[in-house]
Amino acid sequence: MQPILKLQHIDKSFPSVKALDDASLNVYSGKVMALVGENGAGKSTMMKVLTGIYQPDAGVIEYQGRAVAFRGPKDSQDQGISIIHQELNLIQELSIAENIFLGREPTRYGKIQWQQLYADVDKLLQRLNIKYNPRTRLGNLSIGEQQMVEIAKALSFQSKVIIMDEPTDALTDTETDSLFRVIQQLREQGHGIVYISHRLKEIFRICDDVTIFRDGKFIEQTAVANLTEDLIIEKMVGRSLNDQFPKVNIELGEECLQVNNLSGNGVDDVSFSLRSGEILGFSGLMGAGRTELMKLIYGDQPIHSGEVLLSAQTLDLRSPKDALTAGIAYVSEDRKADGLVLSMTVKENMSLSSLAEFCTPYGRIEHLQEKQAVQKFIDLFRIKTPGQNQIIQNLSGGNQQKVAIAKGVMKQPKVLILDEPTRGVDVGARQEIYQLINQFRRDGMAIILVSSDMPEILGMSDRIVVMCTGKVSAEFSSEQASQELLMAAAVGKETEEQT
Amino acid sequence: MSSNSVTTKSATHNQSTEIKLFSKAWLFQEKSLIALLLLIAVVSFISPNFFSVDNMLNTLRQTSVNAIIAVGMTMVIITAGIDLSVGAVLALSGAFAASLIAQEVNVVLAVIITLFSGLVLGAMSGIIVAQGKVQPFIATLVTMTALRGVTMVFTDGRPISTGYTENADMFSWLGTGYMLGVPVPIWIMLSIFAIGWYLLNHTRTGRHIYALGGNEDATRLSGINVNRIKIIVYSLCGLTAAIASIIITARLSSAQPTAGLGYELDAIAAVVLGGTSLMGGRGRIMGTLIGALIIGFLNNALNLLDVSSYYQMLAKASVILLAVIVDNRNK
Repeated sequence: MQPILKLQHIDKSFPSVKALDDASLNVYSGKVMALVGENGAGKSTMMKVLTGIYQPDAGVIEYQGRAVAFRGPKDSQDQGISIIHQELNLIQELSIAENIFLGREPTRYGKIQWQQLYADVDKLLQRLNIKYNPRTRLGNLSIGEQQMVEIAKALSFQSKVIIMDEPTDALTDTETDSLFRVIQQLREQGHGIVYISHRLKEIFRICDDVTIFRDGKFIEQTAVANLTEDLIIEKMVGRSLNDQFPKVNIELGEECLQVNNLSGNGVDDVSFSLRSGEILGFSGLMGAGRTELMKLIYGDQPIHSGEVLLSAQTLDLRSPKDALTAGIAYVSEDRKADGLVLSMTVKENMSLSSLAEFCTPYGRIEHLQEKQAVQKFIDLFRIKTPGQNQIIQNLSGGNQQKVAIAKGVMKQPKVLILDEPTRGVDVGARQEIYQLINQFRRDGMAIILVSSDMPEILGMSDRIVVMCTGKVSAEFSSEQASQELLMAAAVGKETEEQT
Repeated sequence: MSSNSVTTKSATHNQSTEIKLFSKAWLFQEKSLIALLLLIAVVSFISPNFFSVDNMLNTLRQTSVNAIIAVGMTMVIITAGIDLSVGAVLALSGAFAASLIAQEVNVVLAVIITLFSGLVLGAMSGIIVAQGKVQPFIATLVTMTALRGVTMVFTDGRPISTGYTENADMFSWLGTGYMLGVPVPIWIMLSIFAIGWYLLNHTRTGRHIYALGGNEDATRLSGINVNRIKIIVYSLCGLTAAIASIIITARLSSAQPTAGLGYELDAIAAVVLGGTSLMGGRGRIMGTLIGALIIGFLNNALNLLDVSSYYQMLAKASVILLAVIVDNRNK
């Protein structure tokens, strides 16, 4: 059987990383192809190449037997390839019908032909076997129902290929069931479907074939029937740990941080403890609630129940200021969004949290003191910058990250939370960041390392907590842990040994 | 590849604060100052009356009211906010000042009460923005409308005279007096700019103002109470409006209920002409002084050249548009 859509030997590089390296993907009419891989395995990049958002550096895209090059999402959509993103691209204030035919409304002399519009939409919804009134305001629908509207919209473009990116992430079980019914129908109607998901169970329920990516490379394409969950996990992570992680073993100190039954937005009854000098890794998939948990501990999100104790003292956390004062520092996972003030200089960013220490009681900044402290950290962290007054935006990702970490460390915290500290950081700077982290633990700091990079978390941590859907799903010592075990716990696969 | 590295290099150069005098980047950074000097030079050439001490001092005095408000406005705009209520705050606090003076309250006390009222009226906007999470434009549109209403109720829609007492004469010195041959409002203006410059560049609060405008989430996660900073900037903006109201009321010896109409737009224009970004995070207080002076001198020059006030508005609009376009081009 010939695939309707064929991507072959696709290469795509970005300034510091090769996102796709000889990657391939086939989509067959009337079949559901699963695409799996770790975070950063290149799935999203592949979809962006496929829909024309990125142009590949090398490789061929063949669609309906002809080589094609899509100029952008609109182009690929017009030719029958639709993508349904995790975040839906719909307008809450418009009706279902208006959303589906947005910009393509049937008109006569410029007036919208409402009767025809509603009839067309009715027909589309019937094909999906769903009964919504096309006049309903989209905002009144649940997320699952909105997703159906996205699918109907894809059908309205006569789509031959429909790509679904983590479609069940926000759905309830019943909504997932009805989504699967619709996928089943689409398959019978001869559509080719790409199903991207971290949830392996779903893949066995709904998909015919699986394509596995790892580190931007194509690993395998095979029928689902040939695989088991364990085999998929092994192929997803199948990488050997090399010695890029300079692990040091030190005597752990007293218990420092204790978190008891903490619940809040996206976090459900989490408990763990941490000793000074210890590195505690937090593993899990995107959306597992790790960052949300850290923001609870950092006082940035309201705690619904549970408590955080630091040196056996219960903390009253109402804002990040409270956490910082108590001795908890947090380095954000997203430098651009909430880690750094990009319009400010290296110096101003680094001293932002601890500015009070360089000020007179009346709030005047002692510029010389500030400058000396910042210089100390620039030297210690080996930050490459033309000067302290350089706007931070002009630094490389690795150096920006070092400044962000320095901002936290300058406050001399007892607990340092590093959320994805090496994301978007090149290999050299990574190494230096690992060495810095080891230096901090020698100084007695307790460190929480949140990371989606499994070799990193296995290589650096003393203990590893795995989270799944807001809960702790497993905890391992560094000796016990393996990539397979972490991945199994992250996708919520129950194994008897852990419980 | 090579062109790529060149652009990075020049961008690096542009944004570094260590810029060589008279380099291309320096000329760009100081473009408002250059524009102001050019304006003065050209008009001096055309109109001999322009470049006289009297005319200069006169223009500076006229500019002082807008320039002082623009100091507060600069701080608000650096936090990525906007304050539309300054004209209304000016009218109401001016009415307070006039009635206090008319009731023979001691001048110093009257001034302190007026300044305090400005601070509180500004804080109201700040609290709505910070605690109420209302967009600054809407929040201050609300306070502007409300305060205009309160002013009409308070003054009964009529001007309030400061009266003909000795107290009133002392008060009027703030608007009409001279110190060392220079009008008092100019001294006030210069001190406000000095204080504003010090606050923004040499204090923790100033640093936090820039950080808030640059990235509110990052600022909050750095352990800074962003609501407090918001309330502070709107309060200070109200305070500068109150200072301006004292100068106007003292100069006219009365408070007009419709005083300060449209002043918010002049202040915003001065800030924008001075190169402060409405997106927040960037801006210099001295740029605002230059911006205010450009508007002031432009008006004065057009007056001297006998251009009707209708055309003056067109000229002002063109200058602002030009400044913003030049600014965007080079980003």
